[in-house]
Amino acid sequence: MSVAAIKEYTFDSADRLENFHGMQVLYVGWEDHLMFCAPFALLFPPETPFQAVIDGALPGAYSYHPDFAKIDWSQVEWFKSGEPWQPKFDQSLTANGLGHKAVVRFRTPGLTGIEGSCS
Amino acid sequence: MDMKTSSGKKLGLKEKYRHMTRGLDWETSYQKREDVHPLVEYEGIKIHDWDKWEDPFRLTMDAYWKYQSEKERKLYAIIEAYAQNNGHLNVTDARYLNAIKLFLTGISPLEYMAHRGFAMAGRAFPGAGPRVACLMQSLDELRHAQTQIHSLSNYNKYYNGFHDPAHMLQRVWYLSVPRSFFDDAVTAGPFEFMVAIGFSFEYVLTNLLFVPFVSGAAYNGDMGTMTFGFSAQSDEARHMTLGLEIIKFILEQDPDNIPIVQRWIDKWTWRGYRVLTLVGMMMDYMLPKRIMSWKEAWEVYFEQNGGALFKDLARYGIRPPKWLDQISFDKDHISHQAWATFYQYGAIADFHTWSPTEDELDWLSAKYPNSFDKYYRPRLKFWREQAEQGNRFYNKTLPQLCQTCQIPMVFTEPGDPTKICYREVDYQGEKFHFCSDGCKEIFENEPEKYKQSWLPAHQIYQGNCFPEGTDPTAEGFDPVSKVLEYYNIGFGQDNLDFEGSQDQKNFAKWRGMATSNE
Amino acid sequence: MSTVFIALQANEETRPIIEAITTDNPGAVVNQQPAMVKIDAEDSLVVRRATIEELIGRDFDLQELHINLISLSGHIDETDDELTLHWNA
Repeated sequence: MSVAAIKEYTFDSADRLENFHGMQVLYVGWEDHLMFCAPFALLFPPETPFQAVIDGALPGAYSYHPDFAKIDWSQVEWFKSGEPWQPKFDQSLTANGLGHKAVVRFRTPGLTGIEGSCS
Repeated sequence: MDMKTSSGKKLGLKEKYRHMTRGLDWETSYQKREDVHPLVEYEGIKIHDWDKWEDPFRLTMDAYWKYQSEKERKLYAIIEAYAQNNGHLNVTDARYLNAIKLFLTGISPLEYMAHRGFAMAGRAFPGAGPRVACLMQSLDELRHAQTQIHSLSNYNKYYNGFHDPAHMLQRVWYLSVPRSFFDDAVTAGPFEFMVAIGFSFEYVLTNLLFVPFVSGAAYNGDMGTMTFGFSAQSDEARHMTLGLEIIKFILEQDPDNIPIVQRWIDKWTWRGYRVLTLVGMMMDYMLPKRIMSWKEAWEVYFEQNGGALFKDLARYGIRPPKWLDQISFDKDHISHQAWATFYQYGAIADFHTWSPTEDELDWLSAKYPNSFDKYYRPRLKFWREQAEQGNRFYNKTLPQLCQTCQIPMVFTEPGDPTKICYREVDYQGEKFHFCSDGCKEIFENEPEKYKQSWLPAHQIYQGNCFPEGTDPTAEGFDPVSKVLEYYNIGFGQDNLDFEGSQDQKNFAKWRGMATSNE
Repeated sequence: MSTVFIALQANEETRPIIEAITTDNPGAVVNQQPAMVKIDAEDSLVVRRATIEELIGRDFDLQELHINLISLSGHIDETDDELTLHWNA
């Protein structure tokens, strides 16, 4: 369906890739840890290796949570747009098929937040 | 005009209304009617007889001025007395003032937008009845913006965060939620605007904003807010009536109008419901003396009242708004999810947040037996313990936002409060993300509109939320302090926890001075 | 059955109006809340000018209600003598 309008109605998207000065947005969410009220919006160059996202950005974003230090990264389950998915850790976001505004979620088995409340 | 003045008899209400609306209208002669009212057809709504529209209150402009001026005189007498008597020291607790800050930045500017919207809608309609009603409502909304700003300016003399609502509305992250809601409505056509604001917001949802909130102000000793609130609400009854009347009028005019109106009701009930999340949080967390929970208010004013309304509208072929199952499930959750959001992003807000007291946690447990202890209390307790050890939680990473409602993606899956609800759409090679099926469907119906959303997190990343002349590549560049400067939020003054704030210290000191000779 | 309601500020001007409403609508339920009164009735509720005038001992214009009105629900019909709220379903 289109917008009811008195003349032609087309616009550029406000968040198109070219507006981010060579960077792209990657969203990351930690399952069962809703103490972080929403998934995060992070900014990376497309050539960033996936491992660099984990090492460079996640500790700053999540380490307030007592569960974060307990994560066994070899057991982590990954999801891309909600579907189970296996990242190639040493390869870039682009090579991992993570385009602008892709959503990655991760689940840490055995860790379910403050007093098991998924917080 | 036939005014029957010779008989000496006063005109009856219906007769007077006819003269003062239809009687003052005219047919165009040197311009075509469709050139004078060019916006009345493009939305697809068909109107055959504008004279079928009637204001059930039959209020005319002369009576309008008379009663409004009386309301104004009462209001300003009370506001002055309240200020002269240092009434601000009588509020229950200075934490309460943060709810009022949210009102001033999040609601009052919308009153002004409503003033503009109804002026534009009134201009667009060829019928004299709705035109007069829109004129009155447009003036009411202007009055609301002005009286709210006048009343609350008294608090600005003493407390932080009240200093720049109009500027903040255009810039501060969470204010993009109410702002985009209203911008969405006023950029629609005149009929959609009337269904959006006149019906869905004023009729279905406005009671949830004003009645519990204003009653809450009264309960918390805030006579200023109570007074402007009730004065505004006395106009809302008329607005609600206009909202219901416009729906009936459109539906009765042509059966082709029904599916269009139904889609607008679905869209705008959902959009309005999302905005009201802020009110839920105010009721459950920000009133030191609570009147009723968000859930209780929702049950009385939406479920009971809205239920009666939609039962009545069924005879036109209108069904209740979509996504009611989810809305009904979520009433146990959204106020807690919203408070958690503002608590953790408290470093970039213009008001204070805090850890609820043990009493308050107990009240929430009692009001939310299905959800609070299981999902929310452990989190709040953990945060409080951490704060007491000097490790108060401030989330410093920007959140993902919903493309439609622009709220951070804090809402959970229908039926599962442990899972964030993620929805996405690929449109023209770009991904767009949503907090719910409602927001996703609204996007899918009008993607060209919502792809323009000014999402604060993305705007910060694009470099558009720093003061003019800022060089983000300069050495020692601190994005947070630059964003706060752009917002006009004073660090350590307007933001952070209530505990230790200037507001807290000043209130305690002044109240002490008012109640003792120390 | 559907509930209609009218909510008024609680003050000296509305005291006789509320009394008139309860007189004219025997089934109505009056809820006192901080600074306001909400009156619920099943399906319909009427506010009669004559009853109010009897109580206040002066002429009353029903449109004076607007000054102290907070909210209402249902379809409205107003004449010189009565204001009625009702649902059709």
